[in-house]
Amino acid sequence: MSELADLLVSLTFYGTAYGMVLYLLAVGLSVTLGLMRFVNLAHGVFAMAGGYLTVTAMSRLGVPFLAAVIAAVVIVGLAGMVLERTLCRRLYAAPILEQVLFSIGLMFVSVAIARYLFGPLAQPIALPEWLTGRLDVGIGVFPTYRVFLVGVGALLSVAIWAGIERTTFGASVRAAVDNRRMAESVGIDVNTVFTVCFGLGTALAALGGSLGADLLPIYPGYPNDYLVYFLIVVAVAGVGNVRGALAVALAFGIVDTVIRYFLPDAGRILIFLVVMAVLFRNPHGFAPKIHA
Amino acid sequence: MTSPRVLDGLVIAGLAVLPFVAPGYLDLGTRIVILILCAMSLDLLVGYCGLVTLGHAAFFGVGAYAAGIFALRASAEPLAGLLAGGAAAAIAGVLSGAVLLRSRRLTLIMLSLATVLLLQEIANKLGWLTGGADGLQGIAIGPVAGLFAFDLFGRVSYVYAATVLALAFLVFRSLVDSPFGHSLVGIRENEGRMRAIGTPVDARLGTAFVIAAAMAGVAGALQAQVAEFVALNALSVEFSSEILIMLILGGAGRRYGAFLGVPLYVVMQDYLAREDPANWYLWIGLLLLGIVFLAPGGLVAWIGAVTRRVRASRA
Repeated sequence: MSELADLLVSLTFYGTAYGMVLYLLAVGLSVTLGLMRFVNLAHGVFAMAGGYLTVTAMSRLGVPFLAAVIAAVVIVGLAGMVLERTLCRRLYAAPILEQVLFSIGLMFVSVAIARYLFGPLAQPIALPEWLTGRLDVGIGVFPTYRVFLVGVGALLSVAIWAGIERTTFGASVRAAVDNRRMAESVGIDVNTVFTVCFGLGTALAALGGSLGADLLPIYPGYPNDYLVYFLIVVAVAGVGNVRGALAVALAFGIVDTVIRYFLPDAGRILIFLVVMAVLFRNPHGFAPKIHA
Repeated sequence: MTSPRVLDGLVIAGLAVLPFVAPGYLDLGTRIVILILCAMSLDLLVGYCGLVTLGHAAFFGVGAYAAGIFALRASAEPLAGLLAGGAAAAIAGVLSGAVLLRSRRLTLIMLSLATVLLLQEIANKLGWLTGGADGLQGIAIGPVAGLFAFDLFGRVSYVYAATVLALAFLVFRSLVDSPFGHSLVGIRENEGRMRAIGTPVDARLGTAFVIAAAMAGVAGALQAQVAEFVALNALSVEFSSEILIMLILGGAGRRYGAFLGVPLYVVMQDYLAREDPANWYLWIGLLLLGIVFLAPGGLVAWIGAVTRRVRASRA
């Protein structure tokens, strides 16, 4: 009995670490989709870019892990803002088909560039020594890296929640999500809100990509192959529902880990069926801010 | 504006003339014809209903597997195989439509991706039935209607596939020209308003979804019969996005989009695969970005704009 309990605890823990990475990857997409109704299927590109920047800075330039992650996050976030100002902005009013085509195009181009620069194989990340051991956290002994992921994820989700619920900027974001015209007419600069949110969303994706690089390896197929998982988190939580995204990402991570452990053969089939069943009951997700 | 009837006739005449113009390219021609059928069926959803999906390969793949398994285990008769492929895909359309059509936009895209991945995984796991990752092999197809055996030069294959496409196009054009087709466009333009004036939106979209699925299934069945092989990547997200891109190159919701986009895509792919295979995705990605920002509406819209300009300058 206690063996089973131990097993369930550790599966839950591993699932939570995986879910935290998914949350970081998906939360930016949820916000940009809720704010600008912009269906950006290329969101994973930013995560991949963050991962590549971190790995390269560490292996070629000898930058320490945390500094490399911070540099990658800042660079990708800035690049995201530039992209928003130059290209994405022109598509907010466009039909969804054009947004999808734009993001597929962006995905193809970045996959090709990644393959040209780094080759087709996954880039191993050399974790610093303080992340390689195992750590006793009271409920069990787990790899330090996973404990770190859970800790960082928890801190960031609190920060994101506080940023949205407790700051003036967060209030303008919420106002713009709920009613863009009304927000504009009370003097909120919605365009700046868009740009900053897009930049923060891409920065979070880059953070998820680089911190999670040992869990979800960085390779050119990254934006394609993980796309469906970001979309599941966003769609099941309901578009623009940031707190829901955390709950769904964690639930998905845990359920996926448990199913894969007990039924390795049917794992992928079952998890998709579960997602379909959930959306069959709640076509707009659990708590949508917007039916986008 | 040239009347659609004349252009429709030209399309069918073009299919009939191709073997005489380019007898050495019949295999390529057959591939193009099958892909046109698949892209045309997707046009019904993307172009006319305004439902953007990345899951159309699901129906193509189900049709291909159904026709292949039918040939292996039931009968080598190709026309019955086509029916089997179309029917299996229609059933897949009913089942997945029941889930997908409750959602729109991003959720719909996610569910369509999940459908393809789910079916791909099922086909991969059911190795005894589908051949798993090696694909479905050893299919042997009998003569069409008991009369025309498939030949080495691919003549029968081409005529067979082109005939099916021509018939499907006749169905497609009467659909989009009918009140039913117009109601789909109405739903695309403003779903809420169509509901408000009493259009049974869910039933209309469901019907269109199943018709599109069946048509894609027939395309998949043709592919399985002509190639006598079904590859697992018939059920893939990559193939789904390729079909969408082919359609977009020509133009979605513009009647001839598939007929222009598919040949352009396949010929480009053929050429670039020879000249610069490593960078194919780079070029196609840049092309997509170019279309979005420079030529929304694809080739059909662009040709339309050019002819209008020429006419205006003459007048």
